[in-house]
Amino acid sequence: MSEAIIRLENVNKWYGQFHVLRNLNLNVARGERIVICGPSGSGKSTMIRCINRLEEHQQGRIIVDGTELTNDLKHIEIIRRDVGMVFQHFNLFPHLTVLENLTLGPVWVLKKSRAEAEATAMKYLERVRIPDQARKYPGQLSGGQQQRVAIARSLCMSPKIMLFDEPTSALDPEMVKEVLDVMVSLAEESGMTMLCVTHEMGFARKVADRVIFMDQGEIIEENTPDVFFDNPQHERTQLFLQQILH
Amino acid sequence: MSATPANASPAPHAPAKPVAWLKENLFSSPLNTLLTVLVAWLLVMAVPAMLDWLFFDADFTSDTAQECRKAQGACWAFIAEKHRLILFGVYPYDEQWRPLLATIILVGAMVCSAIRWFWKPWLGLFWAVALAAVAVLMWGGVFGLSHVENDRWGGLPLTLILSTFGIAFAFPFGVLLALGRRSHMPAVKSLCIIYIELIRGVPLISLLFMSSVMLPLFLPEGFTIDKLLRAQIAIIMFAAAYIAETVRGGLQAIPKGQYEGADSLGLSYWQQMRLIILPQALKVVIPPLVGIFISLFKDTSLVVIIGIFDLTQAAKAAIADAAWRGFSVEAYVFIAVIYFIFCFAISRYSQGLERRLDTGYRR
Repeated sequence: MSEAIIRLENVNKWYGQFHVLRNLNLNVARGERIVICGPSGSGKSTMIRCINRLEEHQQGRIIVDGTELTNDLKHIEIIRRDVGMVFQHFNLFPHLTVLENLTLGPVWVLKKSRAEAEATAMKYLERVRIPDQARKYPGQLSGGQQQRVAIARSLCMSPKIMLFDEPTSALDPEMVKEVLDVMVSLAEESGMTMLCVTHEMGFARKVADRVIFMDQGEIIEENTPDVFFDNPQHERTQLFLQQILH
Repeated sequence: MSATPANASPAPHAPAKPVAWLKENLFSSPLNTLLTVLVAWLLVMAVPAMLDWLFFDADFTSDTAQECRKAQGACWAFIAEKHRLILFGVYPYDEQWRPLLATIILVGAMVCSAIRWFWKPWLGLFWAVALAAVAVLMWGGVFGLSHVENDRWGGLPLTLILSTFGIAFAFPFGVLLALGRRSHMPAVKSLCIIYIELIRGVPLISLLFMSSVMLPLFLPEGFTIDKLLRAQIAIIMFAAAYIAETVRGGLQAIPKGQYEGADSLGLSYWQQMRLIILPQALKVVIPPLVGIFISLFKDTSLVVIIGIFDLTQAAKAAIADAAWRGFSVEAYVFIAVIYFIFCFAISRYSQGLERRLDTGYRR
C-alpha cells in the first residue's frame, strides 16, 4: 500500500465567520486522477488552492509528498515546486512572450540553463499542439490556446501533481474540447497525479479514477465514475447530477 | 470549415469637402457655432499681438538698454547680453565652457539611455564614466583645471544635476517604499506609512528650509554637510514619497491572478516583483510617474529659498542688473522656453515608451 501523495486530515477553514471547509479528510494516491465536482460555493476550489498554499487552512493538517504545509516558507517553496496549477482565467504573464512564460519557472526556480529551458518549453508546446505560437504574446492568442500554454507552463516545471481549477469554465464552447483533449492525453500518457475541479462530466467518466462530490465544505460522496454516475448514493449527489446532466 | 463568404465590398469613400467639414466640426449646433466664433475672436485678438511682440517688433541687436527700450516688442538683445549669466550662474566667466560641456554630456547620456539600442549591460559603466566626466568638469582641481567650489555652480547645469540625481535616486527609493507599504510585516508597513504621510504633508519649500536651517543645528560642532548635498537629499526624499503612492496604485491594479500564477510556479517574493509584478505595474503608471518627474524638474527652482543658484534664480539675478532694468518678461520667457523644452521632451519620450511597451494586452 503506497503512501498517499496528498493527505488532508481534518482540514477546516473559515473565511471570517463563514466555515468554508468542514473537517475534510482525503487521501490521494500517487498517479491517481481525481475529479471534484459540486455546486458553486461548495469549497472545491478552496480545497485545491489550500494544497499549494494559495489559501491557508486554519485547522487540520495537509501533507504533500511527505512535506507538511505550515507557515514555513521553505516547506511552501518545496511543495510549490512539485505542484503545478492551471487556473480558470489562465493567469499567463501578458508582458512576456509564450516562450518566456514557459521558461521563466525553469530558469529562475529550477536554475536550469536558458537553452535547456527553451528546449523543454518547445517540447511541451508541441505536446499541447501549438509550437508555432512560441514568439507571440498571450494577448494575441485565443482562449483555448492560452489555456494550453498555461498547461504547458505548469508542465515545464516537471511537477508530480497537477491541480486544475475549472480550466474550461472560461472558454467558448468550441475551444473546450481542445483543452480537454490535452488534459486527457496528459492523464493517459504520464503517470501524473491530477486533481481536477470541473463541470465536464464526460471528461470525468473518461479519465477519472475517483469522482468526489462536495457540498457546503464537506465531501459528500466519492466513488469510481461508473458507480458515481450510474448509482449515486446520497440524495444531494442525485440532485446535483440531475441538474447538470440534462 | 467555413463556407465561402459573400464578396466583401470596400467601405464607401467620401471625398473630403472643406465646407462640409467646417459645417460638421465647427458649426454643427448653436452652442458650437458660438464657441467657434468666440475662439476665433480670441485668436484674432491675441495671436497677431503676440507675434508682433515676440518677433516682428522685437529688438534683437541693440547694445544698450536705452536703445532697446525704444522698441515696441521684446528686447531680445537683453538675452543676448545676459544669457551666460542666466544659463551658468556665477560660474567663473572664463571657465564657463566647462559647465557647458558638462551639460552637453549629461543631456547626451540621457538621450542615449532613452534609445533602446543602448539598453545593454555596459550602460551602467557608460553612466559612471559620464558622471565622472561631469564631476571633473564642474569641480576641477585635476588635469590642470582650476577648482570651482559648488556654491559657484548655477543655472542650467545645476538644475539638470538636481533633477537627474533627484529622479535617479528617488525612483528606486519610492518603489521600495511602495512595496514596504504593501508588506504584511507590521514594522516595515508602519515605517513606510509614517514616512510617506509625513513627507507628503509638507511642501518642498519647508523640507528645503529644514534641511538648510534646522539640520546644522542637530549636527555636532564643526561637522557640516555640503549645502548642495542637503538640497539634493531633500529633493530625493520629497519625490520618493509621491513616487511611492503612484507605484502602489500600479501594484494594486495588477490582478490577483498574476500574483497567484507567479506563486504557483514557486517564484520567491523578490523574483515575483522583479519579473512579473513590477514590470506590469510600472508600465501601467507611466503617465502619473512622468507627471511627477516633470514636476520635480520644475520644483528644483525652489532651491532659491536656500540660496542655491539654479536657473530661476539666475534669471532673477539677470533682471536685478541696474543697467538693464525692466526686461523681466523677456528673462522669464527665456527660461520658460528652456523648462518647456526639457519637460516636453520627457513627455514625448514617455508616450513613445508606452507605445513600445504595449504588447497587445487587450485583444
